[in-house]
Amino acid sequence: MDNVLAFGAASSQAGRVDALFIMIAVIGGFFFFLTQGMLIYFAVKYRRRRPDRDNETPAITGSPLLEFLWILIPSIVVVVIFYYGWRVYTDQRIPVAGATEVHVNARQWMYEIRYPDGRTAINEIRVPAGKPVKFLLSASDVLHGFYLPDFRVKMDMIPGRVTTLWVQPNRPGSYQIFCTVYCGTGHSNMLARLIVMPQGEYAEWVEHGGREGGGSGEREPLAVRGKRIVESAGCLSCHAIDGKEKIGPNFGGLYGSKVPLEGGEHVTADEEFLRESIVDPGAKVVKGYPNVMPTFKATIPPEDVEAVVEYLKTLK
Amino acid sequence: MTGVGQPETERNGRGYLAERGWRSWAFTLDHKRIGAMYLWTTTFFFLVGGVFALLLRLELLSPQARYFGNHAYNVFFTLHGSMMIFLFIIPAIPSGLGNFFIPLHIGARDVAFPRLNLASYWVFAAGFLVIIGSLVAPMDTGWTFYTPYSAKSAAAVTTLSLGIFLIGMSSILTGLNFIVTIHKLRAPGMTWHRLPLFIWGMYSTSIIQVIATPVVGVTFLLLAAERIFGVGFFDPSKGGDPVLFQHFFWFYSHPVVYVMILPAMGIVSEVIPVFSRKPIFGYTAIAYSSMAIALGGFLVWGHHMFTSGMSPLANTIFSLMTFFVAVPTAVKVFNWTATLYRGSITFEAPMLYALTFIFLFIVGGLTGPFLGALATNVQLHDTYFVVAHFHYTMMGGTVMGFFAGLHYWFPKMTGRMLNEKVARAAWALIFVGFNVTFFTMFIVGVRGMPRRYAEYLPKFQVENVISTIGSAVLALGILVMCWNLLQGLRKGAPAPANPWRALSLEWKAASPPETENFHEIPVVTEWPYGYGTTKA
Amino acid sequence: MSGQPGEHTDPAVAFEAAKLGVWTFLATEVLLFGALFTAYTVFRIKYPEMFRAEHAKLDRVLGAVNTVVLITSSLMVVLGVDAIKRGKARLLEAYFGATILLAAVFLLVKYTEYTAKFHHGLYPDTNIFFSLYYMMTGLHGIHVLLGMGVLSYVIVLSRRGRLSEAWCTPAEMSGLYWHFVDLVWIYLFPLLYLIG
Repeated sequence: MDNVLAFGAASSQAGRVDALFIMIAVIGGFFFFLTQGMLIYFAVKYRRRRPDRDNETPAITGSPLLEFLWILIPSIVVVVIFYYGWRVYTDQRIPVAGATEVHVNARQWMYEIRYPDGRTAINEIRVPAGKPVKFLLSASDVLHGFYLPDFRVKMDMIPGRVTTLWVQPNRPGSYQIFCTVYCGTGHSNMLARLIVMPQGEYAEWVEHGGREGGGSGEREPLAVRGKRIVESAGCLSCHAIDGKEKIGPNFGGLYGSKVPLEGGEHVTADEEFLRESIVDPGAKVVKGYPNVMPTFKATIPPEDVEAVVEYLKTLK
Repeated sequence: MTGVGQPETERNGRGYLAERGWRSWAFTLDHKRIGAMYLWTTTFFFLVGGVFALLLRLELLSPQARYFGNHAYNVFFTLHGSMMIFLFIIPAIPSGLGNFFIPLHIGARDVAFPRLNLASYWVFAAGFLVIIGSLVAPMDTGWTFYTPYSAKSAAAVTTLSLGIFLIGMSSILTGLNFIVTIHKLRAPGMTWHRLPLFIWGMYSTSIIQVIATPVVGVTFLLLAAERIFGVGFFDPSKGGDPVLFQHFFWFYSHPVVYVMILPAMGIVSEVIPVFSRKPIFGYTAIAYSSMAIALGGFLVWGHHMFTSGMSPLANTIFSLMTFFVAVPTAVKVFNWTATLYRGSITFEAPMLYALTFIFLFIVGGLTGPFLGALATNVQLHDTYFVVAHFHYTMMGGTVMGFFAGLHYWFPKMTGRMLNEKVARAAWALIFVGFNVTFFTMFIVGVRGMPRRYAEYLPKFQVENVISTIGSAVLALGILVMCWNLLQGLRKGAPAPANPWRALSLEWKAASPPETENFHEIPVVTEWPYGYGTTKA
Repeated sequence: MSGQPGEHTDPAVAFEAAKLGVWTFLATEVLLFGALFTAYTVFRIKYPEMFRAEHAKLDRVLGAVNTVVLITSSLMVVLGVDAIKRGKARLLEAYFGATILLAAVFLLVKYTEYTAKFHHGLYPDTNIFFSLYYMMTGLHGIHVLLGMGVLSYVIVLSRRGRLSEAWCTPAEMSGLYWHFVDLVWIYLFPLLYLIG
């Protein structure tokens, strides 16, 4: 979706922001060449060629006319830019009637999504193309951000408050969501996606229970389903599979290993340990790691927890 | 060409540097020594902050956090920002070069309150010691310390808040001293319109320091109170408002960027006429634009918060005010350029840096409208576009102005000349390195790369690698420059009193000046920009 | 020129400089307290009932007593400055001594208030109103304490014979500061204690 300069515009609003950007760039470019040009031109043309030349410099001290002009013209230019910036922005903030409301709550370090019909999801928002969407944003712990670069929109997520953002997604696709307010160690891993589906596909997805990851959950092998959930539920924000560790222990080789706990005992990472770690992570904290993992009890139903455990078992 | 007259010669060889021993420095009341101490200290923190920057750029070579891990990276960008802003860029020109040259420029023997001046340095020292002390539990909040994260953080935020409070107090004392000095200690005949433009810059800076800094002092006090006493102004669970912190913080932190830039602009206004051998064009406009920037700068803080949930009306007002405050800045750029017209220009290091200031500041300034306009701000806020914008204005602007001032006034402060060839080589490395490092950030920011990201999407890697290469070149240039300055100190050729044939009063004093600055307080009869002949 | 960079030979210049310096300093203090008054305003607008309910828990009598104490102390300062302007150093010391005494009374009353509040379980973290109350009166109290120090220093200077009708700048300047401290309280008292 990436063109050379920017994320491809995913809505007509975004297109208008791009038009404003280009307008400012053109005006800026004009003044850039004008001012830098004069700067370099004068510096070169009036360089001292003979040591005694500086007795011939004229004592010009100013020009009221020039001062007036170069105060007036920039003032007009900036007011014009202000006006268009304000216009496009204001239009961006007017919600269209009949928008679907999606609640997004941020916590360190994931996005919890709740749809009007009660479905929940983590780090993945699915909406039908062609219908306006209003995001109701909040946060549980610290400030977070909600940035949809393809739509040219961004809004902070503030604990104790609800802020709103609306978009009109017309083109199906998968769009990046970034957290843009520094929120701690997992800030740069706090990524999510907005998936805009063609209307028919969306309707089908809703009918099949609207499970995250899409597809028909029932016929999938548990481990495959578990892999999908691990990738979309935010686990990978804090756990790597292999290689350099993030915030929590790596998953690779975890199942079956002997795990040292805070408090001195050792325990084997069996199915029960893994299940408990997902729904009640504070019960057994692995030695040397911070006790910051949130519980997924409310967001991952028991059969999906099983699927996750099955997947983890495959990671040697 | 009049103005300075016959410069004074040294009487005892080393001027204000003659007396030795640590006590003569620690307890000095001489503004020149205090200024020198500030220069050494702030330059030291510039280099330390620079090291953190290089560590950041090293980590950003790869999209994954390969060398240091997320937490360490986050600590590094916090320390880079906090050190650069509080321990270098705010005090360096005002408390360093300003202390040294304000009395000399106005024909006085010292500042109005020399003991307060010394106190301001030691309060600053106490501040940075406390800040260093807070490194036992280093924070990763970013230099902006937004609540609730900073209030909840396990790091030594309370200690750091105290440190910043002390640094702020030092800044207020300096600003207060300069305001009184400029009002009350001008030499006979030194009317307001005969003041060097560096003084106009410093005067407007001091006004900002005195008005804005107390607010950030209270802000950090409240943050500390939240952590110690559980006071809940910024805590939503207690009925407080996290965004209130942002308002208080930016009420100071926006004007403070003008504290950073106005002194540097003052230096540029000094250097350009000297090395073009022409009067400054538009003295009155430049002088009053400094005041306009200082005052207008208090009305725009909300432009850091357009996506924070402020009302659309507030956003609109802040956006409009932001655009207005850009106009006086543009006026200065036009006037400096016009000064070059029909001049007789030479390109010694001070002039190279002054011209570089204008060039890079134009880039920084022209990228401002993207951020001042509401709709584009929403897209670009908290991306690398902002990082590029402020590095072009603060480093391409203030730091280049600082380097210009260091090179311009080096002979006066030390009594020695710098090696011009090495200075130019360093400049070239810095110019190229700077642009490669930071221009790429505009590109990657427009493409959507958020800032403060230890790990990033792989599609942003190319620009990041290029930027890191640029940072290595920039670092090399700075090292060469520092080496040249040290060499100059040790074995530079003896400097005449007025090597640049300039007309402002500091060049009347010896190089280096005597402790009491002038044998006799001069009587001023004209402005310091009388270059060129009256035949136009 | 005595050679000492710290000395200004002309007392008139020194006096002018000191006056501008103190007024500039007071401007910074206005901003310092101003930020807290802004917070007060923001939260008062947000929680009018809470403010109405909580402010009644403050002791108006003690607050009024403190107001009278501070205003009297300011009067003592005025009389002291007037005394030294007529060359009467001993009288200055007496009046400034009285000011310091009254300031101590002020702080004692505040101490009594604070401990009484703690006794009733009203702490800085109890609610936003009391956060504001403690922060604002606390910061003010620190300024009263520092003012006592400054006034003591002036008394010391006078005892050393350094003040006279020709040179009484330290007395006047510290007087200005003290009036400012008083003025802040004049705003604090009604805003915190009186307005429903």
